[in-house]
Amino acid sequence: MVVPIAWYLVLSAALFSLGVCGFLIKRNIITVFMSIELMLNGVNLAFIAFANRWHQVDGQIFVFFVMVVAAAEAAVGLAIIIAVFRSRNTLNVDQIDLMKL
Amino acid sequence: MRPNLYLWLLPLYPLAGFAINGTFGRRLPKSLVSLVALAFPAAALAQVLWIVEQVHKGLALPYLQRFATPWIAVTGFHANFSFLLDQLTLVMLLVVTGVGFVIHLYSVGYMAEEDGYWRFFSYMNLFLFFMLTLVLAANFLLLFVGWEGVGLVSYLLIGFYYKKDSAADAGKKAFIVNRVGDFGFLLAMFLLIAHFGSLSYHVIFSNIAAHPAMQGGVLTAIALLLLLGATGKSAQFPLYIWLPDAMEGPTPVSALIHAATMVTAGVYMIARAHVLFGRSPMALLTVAAVGTATAFFAATMGIVQTDIKRVLAYSTISQIGYMFLACGVAAYSMGIFHLMTHSFFKALLFLAAGSVIHALGGVQDMREMGGLRKKLPITFWSMTSAVFAISGLFPFAGFFSKDAILAATFQAGAGGKVLWFVGLVTAGLTSFYMFRLWYMTFFGEPRYKEPTGHHGSHGVHDSPWVMLVPLIILGVLSLVGGWVGWPAALGGGDWFGHFLDPVFGVRGAAVSVPANFTLERILSGVSMLVALLGWFAADWMYRRRPLPAGLGGAGRQPIYRLVWNKYWVDEIYGALVVGPVLALSRSLLQRGIEFGVIDGTNRAWTAIAGDASGGVRRMQSGNIRSYAGWLAAGSAALLLVVIYFAHLY
Amino acid sequence: MHLALFIIFGLLCLGGALNLLLQRHPINSALSLIVVMSSLAVLYLLLGAEFLALAQIIVYSGAIMVLFVFVIMLLNVGQEQKTRGSRAAYLAGIPGVLALFGVLAATFLTLRTNFGDARLGAYIGTTSDIGRVLFRDLLLPFEVTSILILVAILGAVVLARKEQ
Repeated sequence: MVVPIAWYLVLSAALFSLGVCGFLIKRNIITVFMSIELMLNGVNLAFIAFANRWHQVDGQIFVFFVMVVAAAEAAVGLAIIIAVFRSRNTLNVDQIDLMKL
Repeated sequence: MRPNLYLWLLPLYPLAGFAINGTFGRRLPKSLVSLVALAFPAAALAQVLWIVEQVHKGLALPYLQRFATPWIAVTGFHANFSFLLDQLTLVMLLVVTGVGFVIHLYSVGYMAEEDGYWRFFSYMNLFLFFMLTLVLAANFLLLFVGWEGVGLVSYLLIGFYYKKDSAADAGKKAFIVNRVGDFGFLLAMFLLIAHFGSLSYHVIFSNIAAHPAMQGGVLTAIALLLLLGATGKSAQFPLYIWLPDAMEGPTPVSALIHAATMVTAGVYMIARAHVLFGRSPMALLTVAAVGTATAFFAATMGIVQTDIKRVLAYSTISQIGYMFLACGVAAYSMGIFHLMTHSFFKALLFLAAGSVIHALGGVQDMREMGGLRKKLPITFWSMTSAVFAISGLFPFAGFFSKDAILAATFQAGAGGKVLWFVGLVTAGLTSFYMFRLWYMTFFGEPRYKEPTGHHGSHGVHDSPWVMLVPLIILGVLSLVGGWVGWPAALGGGDWFGHFLDPVFGVRGAAVSVPANFTLERILSGVSMLVALLGWFAADWMYRRRPLPAGLGGAGRQPIYRLVWNKYWVDEIYGALVVGPVLALSRSLLQRGIEFGVIDGTNRAWTAIAGDASGGVRRMQSGNIRSYAGWLAAGSAALLLVVIYFAHLY
Repeated sequence: MHLALFIIFGLLCLGGALNLLLQRHPINSALSLIVVMSSLAVLYLLLGAEFLALAQIIVYSGAIMVLFVFVIMLLNVGQEQKTRGSRAAYLAGIPGVLALFGVLAATFLTLRTNFGDARLGAYIGTTSDIGRVLFRDLLLPFEVTSILILVAILGAVVLARKEQ
């Protein structure tokens, strides 16, 4: 039994949507960050599915770079969260609503 | 080749003076302001004298000067910037620039210590600009520009002491009452356009002259409406109420505007439109009746006034009534003659009164004057000349002009004799109240307090020479000014009347025929007698006892009270006209439209703007989650559009 | 077999993702995310991306998620407090998300035939393929990413330093 690529894409869409949902609903900023990673993973799946479809490796190269950037972004983002936590003493998104530190 | 008279320059001299003093006057030193203020009217006077010389050398009149660019050029109506010079204009020009310059000179001294010295002179120059435009205009539209302009400047100058409520109110009253008259004038102009298609004197008058059958009807309507305008400007019944209040302005203003020039604009306008009035006997009768009634009416009010300027104000109203009477019996040149002599002696009366007021440090109530004859000699003698002139005593100027009017009235048909009689009584009253003023101010025991301030240090003394020279000039003119119109009946050549003949056509033969000389001499004798009677009455009542003891008792008499309260005309107008208009304004316009509609619309708009922005502002919360929410919604919408509407591209 | 594997690991992904949303303590969310990452690695293998499947495990689950767990433990905030959230997020966001998913799913499913099928082993993107592209055609972007990582390291160190 074969799996239509469309199903992979639907799964990718579902992961992405769940990521967006988490981004909107969650109150802890680290959880919000994790939802962003979820979104990126959903997109990665789509890329790889298409790479399989067209029998080209380019999709996988794209995923490679996404991973690299996601790693860099995670590192810097978490450092920022630590800095914000140090001054606000809270990780609640709703309470970090002033630009001035 | 007729020379260019540069008529258009004449109004522009004082306009330049107004511009300079108005813009820079606040910062300039007083001497420079005075120099500017005197130089430009002097330039105008010089040019007028040059024009007189040109005419004397044989320049053909009437002389019309028109600008190439038309003012209004639409289908059905044309108006140009055109200036007319004929004998009538020449007389008016001499009066306006001559008396105007003399009064400017006087003002340099009188207003020397006032705040707003520069403002005063800029307004005075502006007035000359408008008055010259009015006099030089060759069509009704340009005349109206000058007409309105002098009304505006009159308002500005009456309210010169703007910090005083009474002055500001008087200015408003003058302007508004004038406006009522102007309404009549405007309607007359509309009728003229409708009937003749133009407002140019030449077009209208030649049209009327070419149709001898054109009588009454529309012409009567136009004439009566023009009369309404003239009563507003010249302070005749029923629109005279502003002139006594206008005395709130500085005395030179009263002299120039409310004695010599602006208030005579109505007479000028009627004289200018004599062709039109001549075709409407009913209008002429109305003019004569209005003039006579006003003359008598105002004279009765003048005899009980205690403020020196108010007496002169009522006197002005009364004398202009004489001018209207003259026009009403088609003796236009007599009316203009009286206009000229009146400008001399009335301006002199005001300036001399100003000199007295100045010497006493601001006192205007005659009950607080007295015995000033020795202290203010030059003022006294010049004022005497004016008082004799206005009372019509031979050989002063007023005798000739007033007499000519009364003689013409007597011979002007059935109603003429009635009008003549009223005019005669008025002359007697005039003489009475003028001599009353003379006695109360200059004779008897001094009733004034020594003035404080810089005058108080050296007692009451006569004014500086810059104020006295104009008095002397006008005093001489009040004596000799009438001699240009020495009537044929008394041996003269009536040069003035003949001078104005080309403008008004030859006067009624009845007046100049030698057969009637006896009648004229009798009439002159009668009026002289009446004038002397008035003097005698004033002498008896006021010389011996400057403040008659009977005045207290007379205060309770009904007739005295009626006249003292000026027949309650102001109060009647207030109740009939002003009250209802104010009530309507407050209820309908202020509450209904101003608050309801206009403010309501504003409030509605601000509410809409405020609520809308308030709603939108909530998006900027600083809350990341709401931003994320909006982002998600927005991107979803965008995606929808791209996927499903992409085929539209 | 392919289908069975797909269904199992697909459901694991979805379950993990849902759990991430539903858990209140962030550490639980992190652990669910690790489950998602690992299932995704299997799915990558099914689609013939060998190198990336391993990279997913090593980099994503093994490094990034560990970093997340460290930070959560370091900051030690505990369970999520209930705060007065933003209503706009719920009102505008949830329907938006649902619409997004609906649209995408509908599009993909209607165009199912265009996308074709994924057969197990039909295509394998070998490591040498990836290497060839990375080190030959896309050498410059590759080197740039290494600099990017260097910058990220420096940035993270500076930002997270204690104030002196």
